Amino acid sequence: MVRYIGRRVFYMLITLFVIATLSFFLMKMLPGSPLNAEDKLSEEQKAIVLEKYGLNDPVPIQYVKYLGGLVQGDLGISFKFSNYPVTEILLDRMGPSAQLGFQALLVGTILGVLFGLIAAISHNGFLDYTSTIIAVLGTSIPNFVFAALLQIVFAVNLGWFPVALWGEFEHTVLPTIALMIFPMATAARFVRTEMVEVMGSSYITTARAKGISEPAIVFKHGFRNSLIPLITVIGPLAVSMLTGSMVIEQIFAIPGIGEQFVNSVFANDYPTIMGTTLLFAFLFVVIILIIDLLYGLIDPRIRISGGKS
Amino acid sequence: MKLKKLSLLLVFGLMVAVLVACGGSDSGTQGGGTDTESADGEKVLNFINGDAIPSMDPSLATDTYAFQFLGESMEGLYRLDKDANPVEGIAIDHEVSEDALTWTFKLREDAVWSNGDPVTAHDFVYAWQRAVDPATGSEYGPYMMGGVIKNATEVNTGDVPVEELGVTAPDDYTLVVELENPTPYFLSLTTFGTFLPLNQTFVEEQGDSFATSTDTLVFNGPFTLENWKSTSTEWSLVKNEDYWDAETVQLDKVNFTVVKDAQTKVNLYETGKVDRTDLTSDLVDQYASHPDYMIQPETSVFYLKMNQTRNEALANKNIRAAIAKAYNKEAIVNEILNNGSVAANGLVPADFAPMPESGEDFREVSGDLVTYDVEAAKEYWAKGLEELGVDSIELELLGDDSESALTMNEYLANQLSTNLPGLSVTLRNVPFEQRLDADTNMDYDLQVSGWGPDYLDPNTYLNLWVTDGGNNKMGYSNPEFDTLIEEAATTLATDNVARYENFLEAEKILMEDAAIAPIYQRAKAYLVSPKVEGVYYNAFGFDWEFKWASVGSAE
Repeated sequence: MVRYIGRRVFYMLITLFVIATLSFFLMKMLPGSPLNAEDKLSEEQKAIVLEKYGLNDPVPIQYVKYLGGLVQGDLGISFKFSNYPVTEILLDRMGPSAQLGFQALLVGTILGVLFGLIAAISHNGFLDYTSTIIAVLGTSIPNFVFAALLQIVFAVNLGWFPVALWGEFEHTVLPTIALMIFPMATAARFVRTEMVEVMGSSYITTARAKGISEPAIVFKHGFRNSLIPLITVIGPLAVSMLTGSMVIEQIFAIPGIGEQFVNSVFANDYPTIMGTTLLFAFLFVVIILIIDLLYGLIDPRIRISGGKS
Repeated sequence: MKLKKLSLLLVFGLMVAVLVACGGSDSGTQGGGTDTESADGEKVLNFINGDAIPSMDPSLATDTYAFQFLGESMEGLYRLDKDANPVEGIAIDHEVSEDALTWTFKLREDAVWSNGDPVTAHDFVYAWQRAVDPATGSEYGPYMMGGVIKNATEVNTGDVPVEELGVTAPDDYTLVVELENPTPYFLSLTTFGTFLPLNQTFVEEQGDSFATSTDTLVFNGPFTLENWKSTSTEWSLVKNEDYWDAETVQLDKVNFTVVKDAQTKVNLYETGKVDRTDLTSDLVDQYASHPDYMIQPETSVFYLKMNQTRNEALANKNIRAAIAKAYNKEAIVNEILNNGSVAANGLVPADFAPMPESGEDFREVSGDLVTYDVEAAKEYWAKGLEELGVDSIELELLGDDSESALTMNEYLANQLSTNLPGLSVTLRNVPFEQRLDADTNMDYDLQVSGWGPDYLDPNTYLNLWVTDGGNNKMGYSNPEFDTLIEEAATTLATDNVARYENFLEAEKILMEDAAIAPIYQRAKAYLVSPKVEGVYYNAFGFDWEFKWASVGSAE
């Protein structure tokens, strides 16, 4: 197990290196420069400013310098926020996004699993159709539509929650609801489909024949097996939730990282783009590793390799 | 066995939770909504800011938000009043030498920094040197000072040491500035963010972290900037009791929050969380009859650049003249932009530059030089086609890819190809950066472009088009035009009346040559609470002035 994890961590580092390299060169292909007054400066003046940021060096040298900084944990200084380290930007902005993402994922998954279960149990019944409709709506209607609707109804008309902005827990309620619709609908769909399939399989029939009580069959034999595909989708979903949604953050004026990331791309803020990309990639590979380890726990049939010791 | 696995599962679940929550621990502790009610009769206003403040370093600042908050929390030699006249700031008086090249400013002795140090002439010398020092990497330093202050360009390129910059302090309260050329608008420049003073000891103490947060800033303006760091989305301007003119300042506090979504802004306004919001064009129709609705004209103008080097058709004056008259500007401002913008029939915007003697607006005196006129356009067009010996022309229209720009570009292309028989226009909508690249490389036929003023003088718009000028980039060249602009900067530099005559003449030539085709002057629509009193918009420099503002009754 330890050796397996060790090897996975090694691969993770390689993955991150490849991502860093790819995004570095892709970023260099972005049109424009990080200058803000580009239309006002002569070529010579531009060169002087770029010199300060080390952008006059040949690209390979910039790349080596960048990797050098990275190894020392230095993500550089933002081009947009003058003198401000990228690490600080990530720390400032990651918090609200992660909090919202976590809340939405938690509540969304729990509710989704619940809906899925109910739907599967009342297979082809009224509740099944109701939750299927909710699931279809949830996955097909974009979350900013919900966000705008929630804002108008619960903040402007009813005045139960703040319209937008960040600070207290009450500020997180509406964005969390808007964000959780998608994981909820996804979870509901997967759990329902799997449960229906599992409940039709022969071992369930066997269990029934043995006279095991219905709740025990549903939860012990059926539910657990239906979780595997759910975990597969929850992983990447978790990453996308935690790294913030640009649209939701914009609508609710939340100082999150999703919005910041998009902005730094528009501003050609190279160090911030790189830092954010790497942070997202890191989160992704770590969560994938956790998911892989989880598989083995949930279903003993899926054995992780490397258990030779 | 099963229990053990289940508990392991739980542990993993917790791990995930901790991992994702670790970043969230320090969130949500600061701030809280905006205080809408002022306690103890404090005068408080709440505003929206369109984005975070990317920089509070006067040398590195380049954008409107940076200049906005520098302008309120700091003060340079002069400040612009409601009618764009320079009024006392740190300077109380100045003298100009006979050759107009040496300006001597007398500074007030009662101005202090928020750390208690006096504001002296040395602070200006240090700040201006820093702005052009190549090590600073400033963009606006060389741009605003180059060709104005003696040796600014040479210092920036490293040809002479920074001490050679034409600014000295013979004593603590006298500042002597030597100029490269006579610059009649120099006083307005001293109100600009790049020309603000800096406390050398403080800046050097802070080193690389200077101007990244409230703690690493020092102020000398009407307000101090509180609760701020680079990525903040909430902060306040708080009355600076140490400001030399503190008794004039009536506001105790102005809170700002960053909100970008147009509907959210309006919702915040409707629920009383903020005292002002701008309106995008899709919301204008809904709120145009609202009692709090108002329009604020700005000083940015937008026009078509016609590149004479890539497509030979555009080298033909009649073809250009036809294009300049062939689109309905009123329809563009009223139906597409729909935000109070006005059609432009010349280059220099309205309500920007008053004529030296009469005080009349430059735009009014210069008049409508190019108007929408399909008949005339068709005539020019036919003549042009004949001269070129062709019966059809294909042109590419380069424009921005923002939502409102897309609609406008579409409309322009449609108007041109409908009104000018034989013309087909293809659209190329690209992000701003790419458009600038295309502009620099002169890789376009027609381009929707715009310009905002860098100082209070028509020259800021007109000198763009001198032969081979850095912003010309469309191959326009008219020696007569060049001479008029050159004279205004040299032989006539001390005679403002004559300079303005030259500018009138130059603008006329520019429009007769149909070098560019004006489209509109930008304005913005707002909802403003009656509580907001005396906040005005600067024609140049930073946008909103709060120094003389106050809080009125809510109704």
